Amino acid sequence: MSGVLLQIKNLCVDYVTDAGTARAVNDVSFNIAAGETIGLAGESGCGKSTLAFAITNLHSAPALISEGSILFEGRDVLCMPDDELRRFRWAEASMVFQSAMNALNPVITIGEQLIDVILAHNAVSYEEAYGRAESSLELVGIHPSRMQSYAHQLSGGMRQRVVIAIALILRPKLIVMDEPTTALDVVVEREIMDQLYELKAELGFAILFISHDLGLMGEITDRIGVMYAGNLVEMGTTSGLLASPQHPYTQGLLASFPTIHGPKTRLEGIPGNPLNLLEIPEGCYFQDRCNKKTDECLLRQPELIPLQKQPSHQVACVEVTGL
Amino acid sequence: MSQSQHFEGGTQSPEPADSFGVIEVNDLVIDFPIDAALLNRRYLRAVNHVSFKLVAGQALAIVGESGSGKSTCARALTRLYKPASGSLRLDGSDINDPTQGLSRIELARQIQMIFQDPFSSLNPIHTVGHHLHRPFKLHRPELAEGEFTDKIHETLARVGLSPPELIVNKYPHELSGGQRQRLAIARAISTGARFILADEPISMLDVSIRLGILNLMADMKSDGIGFLYITHDIATARYFAEETAVMYVGHMVEWGDSDSVTQNPRHPYTQLLIDAVPEVGRARTKKSVSRSKSQIPLWTADSKGCPFADRCPLVEDRCRTEMPSLTQVANNHFARCFALDDSEKIDTKQVK
Repeated sequence: MSGVLLQIKNLCVDYVTDAGTARAVNDVSFNIAAGETIGLAGESGCGKSTLAFAITNLHSAPALISEGSILFEGRDVLCMPDDELRRFRWAEASMVFQSAMNALNPVITIGEQLIDVILAHNAVSYEEAYGRAESSLELVGIHPSRMQSYAHQLSGGMRQRVVIAIALILRPKLIVMDEPTTALDVVVEREIMDQLYELKAELGFAILFISHDLGLMGEITDRIGVMYAGNLVEMGTTSGLLASPQHPYTQGLLASFPTIHGPKTRLEGIPGNPLNLLEIPEGCYFQDRCNKKTDECLLRQPELIPLQKQPSHQVACVEVTGL
Repeated sequence: MSQSQHFEGGTQSPEPADSFGVIEVNDLVIDFPIDAALLNRRYLRAVNHVSFKLVAGQALAIVGESGSGKSTCARALTRLYKPASGSLRLDGSDINDPTQGLSRIELARQIQMIFQDPFSSLNPIHTVGHHLHRPFKLHRPELAEGEFTDKIHETLARVGLSPPELIVNKYPHELSGGQRQRLAIARAISTGARFILADEPISMLDVSIRLGILNLMADMKSDGIGFLYITHDIATARYFAEETAVMYVGHMVEWGDSDSVTQNPRHPYTQLLIDAVPEVGRARTKKSVSRSKSQIPLWTADSKGCPFADRCPLVEDRCRTEMPSLTQVANNHFARCFALDDSEKIDTKQVK
């Protein structure tokens, strides 16, 4: 059975600050099936990266996972003892971070960093690890002679490929990608994405793909979740969600990108400013920026409810679900 | 004057009648030293024979990847860089020629910049009011000290920062990214600037507020301000600017009407750029555009040929030795590529 790989249940993550507690992830639940690609969209500060860090239990103070559980093949990542957690990270779930320059160590070679990962998890000889590191570089289209290079000797796109090679080297079942191409030029971004499709087809890992770019996400994901101010406000299949977005925020987000081929009309985007998590309102968090606000919205934060005609598509909006 | 003329690398001296309200850049070359040798110092050619024209009330977008020289063009217009050759004229006067009567302050009054990062372009220890009081005091001698407060409130309201009475006492850290960029725009227009050079003004902002800033700039444009809009996002270039120029390694490879350039790109680089843009609802073919993964060349004064030759799918022998001449492909749409039909070519020497 190609069942559930990762199960996130009622996850809440808080940042404890002097000014108060900011809930960056608020009661989020969803599953990732084996081999599935899930996109998580939203703007800065919506909690998507905080959620990503929680999956491999990477949070430390001031972040606090206050509620919920994260089950990876049935084992709760948040309750793992240290040595089990250390084995779990990277071997089963790895991460690709946004800034490849910061993710690589500037003073040791690319090859050393790849070998380091292998030796930390597997009892193999240095020579064998070296060979595996070389083939891992080849996998992402980098010549093995680059083993001796340092991070500063590579272009931005190559660095990001090295980071992907490191994430793949232990053949994990899940890769969390936090804005993997945001810092890159559009042509290089295209090269990396093409590489990713090929690798995914070949190796069959699951991806949690985090980005603010719904266009890019539409190309690679099976399902998309949209987050606003720590809440998952809409989730559905990629084609369903992009073709008929239901939540006013998703609709606004999709209308925030001028198209290159579509009609040229004045777009309005979303009025107002992103919510300050220390000043959350009573009721729906999106109320101040919403064009469909009613009195109902002031009462409580709506729950994520499946649409009647399309149960795989869930929306958290009173106006849409009527609940 | 026809729209199609003004991008030409021609050197005709500007007529006083149509040079007011215009910034003209002619054959601009900017070199940067890449070593510290005393003799035979090597230079990188960041901008290579670029010509364009900014008209009041219109926007020209310069699109390109990092290192293509697009920001360098803008900085040259504020005298931050000195050109190796070529001229930059505001209303017909050369901005680098002290005998032509443009003082430093006069230039700053007319041409203002907006930067990418609204977090570092504002002074963290001064209030919003201070950021606007300074330009009014320096650049608007016709205003009496007592009028400043009203003017500051008026400017804040115009850029959508309300209520002005509250905003004026805030510090930059109390504003969101979008509000900060609005303040940067308010500061630029408070000098009475007629031209704004916007260097990636929205790329660091949250996606949901980018359009608000672009629309605000579009409103300023309707009020008669000319914009140079520098971006790597060709979709927003089409949205905001009447004309778009595509730069690659310091060369302007294609330019003209934004719609013509984006809907019917003729230069292989522009085609690559547009094909790479992800777009909602657009099916992507399995075969991809970007199999041409070579390095971007380091351009120097001695480099020859077309800068895109190493990555170009249509490359011919002559591309490596000579720069393609200009081809007019539509009414206001030009490109530099040998692959374009020879019959479409116009003789650039005659224009000169």
